[in-house]
Amino acid sequence: MAQKLPPVDVVLVGFGWTAAILAQELTEEGLEVLALERGAWRDTPTDFPPTLAPDELRWYWRKEMFANNSRNTLTFRNNRGQVALPMRRWGSFLPGEGVGGAGVHWNGQTWRFLPSDFIAASHNAERYGPLPVGMTVQDYGVTYDELEPHFDRFDKLCGIGGKAGNIGGRIQEGGNPFEGQRSSEYPNPPMHMTFSQHQFERATRELGLSPFPGPSANMTQPYTNPLGCQLGPCSYCGFCEKYGCGNYSKASPQTTILPVLMTKPNFKLKTHNEVLRVKLDKSGRRATGVIHVDTQGNEYEQPADLVILCAYQLWNTHLMMLSGIGEIYDPATGEGLVGKNYCYQVMSSADVFYEDKYTNEFAGAGALGMCVDDFNGDNFDHAGLDFIGGGYIANWTTNARPIETHPTPEGTPNWGSAWKKAVKENFLKSTSVGAHGASMAYATNYLDLDPTYTDAYGRPLMRMTYDFTPNDLKMSAFLTERVKQIAERMGGREIKLNTRDGPYDSMPYQTTHNTGGTIMGTNPSNSVVNRYLQSWDVPNLFVMGAGVFPQNAGYNPTGTVAALTYWAADAIRTQYLRSPGPLVQA
Amino acid sequence: MAINQPTRRRFLFGMMTATTAMTVPSVLARSISDEVPWTAGRAELPPAYPEQRFFTQAERRCVDAITARLIPSDESGPGAREAGVLDFIDSQMAGFYGRGERWYTQGPFQDGFDGQGYQSEYPPAGLYRAAIEALDAHCRDAYGDRPFADLSDSEQDEMLKRMEDGELELDGVSAQAFFNLILDNAIEGFFCDPIYGGNRDMVGWKLVGFPGARYDYRDFLDHNGARIELEPVSLKGRPGWNPA
Repeated sequence: MAQKLPPVDVVLVGFGWTAAILAQELTEEGLEVLALERGAWRDTPTDFPPTLAPDELRWYWRKEMFANNSRNTLTFRNNRGQVALPMRRWGSFLPGEGVGGAGVHWNGQTWRFLPSDFIAASHNAERYGPLPVGMTVQDYGVTYDELEPHFDRFDKLCGIGGKAGNIGGRIQEGGNPFEGQRSSEYPNPPMHMTFSQHQFERATRELGLSPFPGPSANMTQPYTNPLGCQLGPCSYCGFCEKYGCGNYSKASPQTTILPVLMTKPNFKLKTHNEVLRVKLDKSGRRATGVIHVDTQGNEYEQPADLVILCAYQLWNTHLMMLSGIGEIYDPATGEGLVGKNYCYQVMSSADVFYEDKYTNEFAGAGALGMCVDDFNGDNFDHAGLDFIGGGYIANWTTNARPIETHPTPEGTPNWGSAWKKAVKENFLKSTSVGAHGASMAYATNYLDLDPTYTDAYGRPLMRMTYDFTPNDLKMSAFLTERVKQIAERMGGREIKLNTRDGPYDSMPYQTTHNTGGTIMGTNPSNSVVNRYLQSWDVPNLFVMGAGVFPQNAGYNPTGTVAALTYWAADAIRTQYLRSPGPLVQA
Repeated sequence: MAINQPTRRRFLFGMMTATTAMTVPSVLARSISDEVPWTAGRAELPPAYPEQRFFTQAERRCVDAITARLIPSDESGPGAREAGVLDFIDSQMAGFYGRGERWYTQGPFQDGFDGQGYQSEYPPAGLYRAAIEALDAHCRDAYGDRPFADLSDSEQDEMLKRMEDGELELDGVSAQAFFNLILDNAIEGFFCDPIYGGNRDMVGWKLVGFPGARYDYRDFLDHNGARIELEPVSLKGRPGWNPA
């Protein structure tokens, strides 16, 4: 029998980026806010100081930085004709766990989706004609211009380093000429580019493209953010993505929000408490709170006036299913919306091998790179191309961690003397050019509940049915050809193409950019949440994260996830709290 | 659909198999308010136990032979033997990784397609044990009563190629799954921090020119394509710190 606890005003499920942002915003309204995190408290000096952080085996290969599959995982198959089997260990994506979530181990590549990305359905249909049958791309229901002030807030919270390309409609030299208009320059200058980035910049300019520095949440100089949190300068240690930062120089909840939030009298955090489901009243239209369980096996009922799902996209979608909120999507009938429009990211690249130049990629950072956006979104004419969308192309120097990164030229075997020789000769002399492609929604890619496998609590695992789509493959072939053209001009001895062909393999790492399942939209017949991320079915429930994206754009999602969180927080503060109820009339 | 309430016993079993590392950090639930809960002098030390052992002598001979072909000692430099890859894998199998403690190990088990990853009912240590037994039995049959370790280099390479390509059938275990696992573990053992027992004397890092667990390269960013020569450092330091 669950022990009923004293009520709070707001309960947040999970304590990563979106919960930290929301907790900081809503405590400012004097609300009693409680966050429930299933993982542990983590901080820089205890968990990832410089004396412990640069440990490739521990944090990545033994997965100590990530969610524990023995407790939480999902099943996977490419299509409905197959039996889904458990993801027994992580591969293509790495969900976080613990305070700060994936905000602790992300790269810090911080983008804003394009204005056209938010209206991908109407924009592309208008320009190119009806979308193909089976493609379920939709408009977000919110525009870039509405979100701009919230993107700006996150940029300043995190001290993003970069060069603006469009300030108030005026194109700026050295920035991304394709970006949506910004109200201000980045709060910090760009990162310190290295040899590889110089080659990329030269190669792309020769091709008539517009290179610019990648927007970075690795501090390019000492920075104090608007909350008064101090971040140190990045030391280009090459242990960024998949690792915690020992320098306080990667923007994370710990470095940007928690020092202020944790001391507020109206905020409380409970760690090692996993939410099992949202509790609804008899009508099913009001959340009364959540049921959670701690690591000693004690079960609790936590009443709250406002429930906000702030866990990772996968777990938020799973919780909606387990709580019986909305109807789970069934591709056979097309009915149901929870789990629909699951999307990912379509990656491809070229390795560049130099004969006698050293790229020294161990001197790198999570968001150290030069990029071109000429082939993203609808930044180029798609007439006759038979796909929509695109992706940025970049040369990032993030690492040369040897277990993970030991590229070898075309034709090298995977082991033996020839392999070892190739690894030795190329380790310090290689770099890569990558395409970070969009993922358009299709009716055949979705999440639902597995009929066979259960988690540590006896709940059915979520099942992922996902494969690359015709749009993905055509788009990727186009982008990879452009990657090849750039890579061939970077002055190397040879290149090796890493194309993206189907089927989707859930094991080699690609990105932790899982989206959809709780999509936002313009009315309850096409979405799970409205434009303020409020549940259509249960008005005192909001759902954060990339699960609200109806499809994924050609960028890393965190910047847009954060902007939507600030946007939702603003709607809660200025509208919902004054008059609790649906913010959009269905 | 009815969702079963977790029983306390089932739940605690789940938590026992969900521990994160050998140095088990506290998994007790905490309520935190009015403070940033930091305690001076605490750190979560790495789960390194390089002296622990799992394999039998026969298993050690086999793993030594396989890894010596995967990463040979040759004219380009030291290989798995010099790096201590065998001892690394042996100690890993003795710990949480060998037991699959962070992996989902619930059944039912069935073979999947490649894109579904590891589906063996054995956690890593169990897979090594079952696969080595089956491999040695196969070799005794096919190669005149010689286990894998007693084959010639070229016979071993031929066997490994067949395992890699999924062309070898072993009794009750996937040879290809075992090959993929031992290749992963060999590379880990060649390049990990030496605290784990592999990459002994940092021979792997020295071979490729990786400076190790350093943390500040700001002075080197303008290398402009020139070589950066830095003695590798482990989490425990390097010999130059303590001159004899």
